[in-house]
Amino acid sequence: MYHFRTHLFAGIAASVLAVMPLHAETPDNILVVAQNIDDIVTIDPASAYEFSSGEYVANTYDTLVRYDALDTTVLAPALATEWEIDAETKTVTFTLREGVTFHSGNPLRGEDVVGSWKRVVSLDKAPAFILKQLGWTPENIEEMVTADGNTVTVRYEGDFAPSFVLNVLAARPASIVDMETVMANELEGDMGHAWMNRNSAGTGPFSLGTYRPADILSLNANPDYYQGGPAMDRVVIQHNPEGATQRLQLEAGDIDMAKNLDPGQIAGLEGVEGVRVETYPQAAVHWVSFNQKTESLTDPAVWEAARYLVDYDGMADGMLKGQMKVHQAFWPDGFPGALTDTPFSFDPEKAKQILTDAGVETPINVTMDVISAPTFVEMAQALQASFAQGGINLEIVPGTGAQVITKYRARTHEAMMLYWGPDFMDPHSNAKAFAFNADNSDDKYASTTTWRNAWMPPAEMNEKAMAALAEQDGDKRLEMYMELQQETQAEAPFVIMFQAIKQVAMRDTIQGFVNGATSDYVFYRLVEKE
Amino acid sequence: MAVTEGNGKGRLSASLPPWLKTTLLTIGSIAMTMLGLLFITFIIGRVMPIDPVLAIVGERASQSTYDAVFIELGLDKPLVVQFGYYIWDVLHLDFGTSLLNARPVSEDIARVFPATLELATLGIIIGIVIGVPLGVVAAARKGSWIDQVARVLALVGYSMPIFWLGLMGLLIFYGILGWVGGPGRVGIFYVDVVPSVTGLILVDAALDGNWDVFKNAFSHIILPASLLGYFSLAYISRMTRSFMLEQLSAEYITTARVKGMSEWDVIWKHAFKNIRVQLITVIALSYANLLEGSVLTEIIFSWPGIGSYITTALLSADMNAVLGGTVVVGLIFILLNIFSDLLYKVFDPRAN
Repeated sequence: MYHFRTHLFAGIAASVLAVMPLHAETPDNILVVAQNIDDIVTIDPASAYEFSSGEYVANTYDTLVRYDALDTTVLAPALATEWEIDAETKTVTFTLREGVTFHSGNPLRGEDVVGSWKRVVSLDKAPAFILKQLGWTPENIEEMVTADGNTVTVRYEGDFAPSFVLNVLAARPASIVDMETVMANELEGDMGHAWMNRNSAGTGPFSLGTYRPADILSLNANPDYYQGGPAMDRVVIQHNPEGATQRLQLEAGDIDMAKNLDPGQIAGLEGVEGVRVETYPQAAVHWVSFNQKTESLTDPAVWEAARYLVDYDGMADGMLKGQMKVHQAFWPDGFPGALTDTPFSFDPEKAKQILTDAGVETPINVTMDVISAPTFVEMAQALQASFAQGGINLEIVPGTGAQVITKYRARTHEAMMLYWGPDFMDPHSNAKAFAFNADNSDDKYASTTTWRNAWMPPAEMNEKAMAALAEQDGDKRLEMYMELQQETQAEAPFVIMFQAIKQVAMRDTIQGFVNGATSDYVFYRLVEKE
Repeated sequence: MAVTEGNGKGRLSASLPPWLKTTLLTIGSIAMTMLGLLFITFIIGRVMPIDPVLAIVGERASQSTYDAVFIELGLDKPLVVQFGYYIWDVLHLDFGTSLLNARPVSEDIARVFPATLELATLGIIIGIVIGVPLGVVAAARKGSWIDQVARVLALVGYSMPIFWLGLMGLLIFYGILGWVGGPGRVGIFYVDVVPSVTGLILVDAALDGNWDVFKNAFSHIILPASLLGYFSLAYISRMTRSFMLEQLSAEYITTARVKGMSEWDVIWKHAFKNIRVQLITVIALSYANLLEGSVLTEIIFSWPGIGSYITTALLSADMNAVLGGTVVVGLIFILLNIFSDLLYKVFDPRAN
């Protein structure tokens, strides 16, 4: 028996040692990233509308103009080298860059630009509304966008500032695809949509290697990229939804970058040799809103009091440390036109006084929907505690993202805690959401924060939002957006609290990673390993 | 007339050979079970307070986009009609397209199920190989130190949260000792190295003769499989012990001992032989539970299996994916039941 046990133990030990892998650094020419990518629904730029798919599109496709990896705050030439805007005729004329080829080797043509945008408008998937703002329809798109050799002429309908039009054309759905390849793979009139969910057909610095949903997404370098081929031959993004194991992988050297670590896991990396954490301000703002269909939440005094019932600094320096910073206006800090004033601080006495002066009876009992994810639930709990000090009792209703949004869209919530990131990098994207409502009727659905909370802004605010959209003077336009932010701070049933910050942990050999304000500005092409 | 019809049916039934009658009854039973299962799942999916259209178009899509997808999904039709269409498609082996990744559900299942099958099979093997002997020995040595150890092991297995054990396992065996591979089915540099024949990486690597991949895949699967195996063995060993104690207190065991039979023969040739049928049920149930997919284990180990697939789909109202997964899980239970029945007949002639 003794011998048997000894042999058994030795056998097990030998088996374990036989499979023992040695942790090794990743190869110099491959970047390995651990990231939660299960949010991806599709990877076709005509329909990609999630964070992770945005990163993918940014690295595989180009637009005519774009916020480039070299400076994500400046709109720069991309597939177009120059453009002329004629506000009178509402026309933009682009000159295409010479010598650009798609991943297939096909040359970039004006027809690809027309076809790509026609495809987006015709398929009418989630992000199509961004291009349709320019007055484009499947019926008129070929008249609105025309190609003549190397020149593409774009017409739009509506009173828009030139910067707004360019920002729309720099957005994700404006990506240019290789129409010859795409249409060669059309299936049952889908304009190549199914094929594009498994393949890339862009001009970007990378092409799609492998994609298996919620498993792996790899990119292969495009050595012929017009700005020069990337240093990394491959980028491998391994799906890993769990921050704790991402951290283990990073410390073990099995990955180069961990993207989903929470504040505790980030703090745990302090002092770990060979690892550093980079911080990137994000465009998403986090807020609480009050549905105006709930009687007890219709008094502006309640909105004002609520703005003094958030422990902004306590939360930002505590549970949200490194993940969010205090920001109280709808357009994020770091972008032209952002209002950086923070006039509100945690002051429950003042909040109570505001409610008393207005004759509002307390306590006010209200439910607050929140996405059931770690940080959000903790934030909601903190708000529950601080609001209670001012006589507003929040009952937290956690739900999945889909549940919360379903309720929000139906306007059946009372209070809601959510976040908002711009669809494209123009202040109108957020002004429309927070300061404009064309029609507050139940049957006039709009995806804005105003409509979803059944709030009709004052007529002047509505008019100013549209006037800012049309303002041709850039500086004056930004001033108008700053005024709109001040007005929503004072008059809207929203409590804007924080701006997101992205923290990415990486091996200290990694240089050149660019993570702009949204997922559309995450770039791998400049990454190098030292 | 009615009597005549009744007699006619009776004659038809009587004229069928027993094996055919059994087969038809089994198929009918499977069909009814699957139909009931699908119907309940379908109704649950439809009454959930989640809008499946939003899962596809996102929260900011225009009303026209929303309406187009609403109609495309057939949500404008009555529930019964929607269910009818679904069943018709399933009968044609078309599970529809996943709302969450725009790919055919059958393709998704073909991708995620082998991952779970591989993990669960290794897990149940570990559970059986350790759990059954442990339970037998614990019963034979009731009250001894080995019985106490088995009890503690089972208790820990029942009570420890699997995510905690998983994280601790990764921290110690992967993070600190470096004995096993990290999350994922295979190291990043071995992905897609061997052609996928069965979808089971260990088998595919062996078929390809690529032992580097086999070794790497084994280093990745051994920890989650051991974890699942541990939870299975906790259950299997306790049940085995209980079954054995019942047998060991029976009169025929006393008689065998009085006749001078060795303890080994008493335990393994008499007592154990008589618990096989019960054990089959226990093992089949454990295996079926593992095959459903252990969601937390799959999340912690980034294992792209059917458990996390169905859970993610359910939380996003991706009913095509949920129903497709339900068909697979339902079939697993039914097939394991049939297999258990067949084994009963092998081990216990009275079952015939």
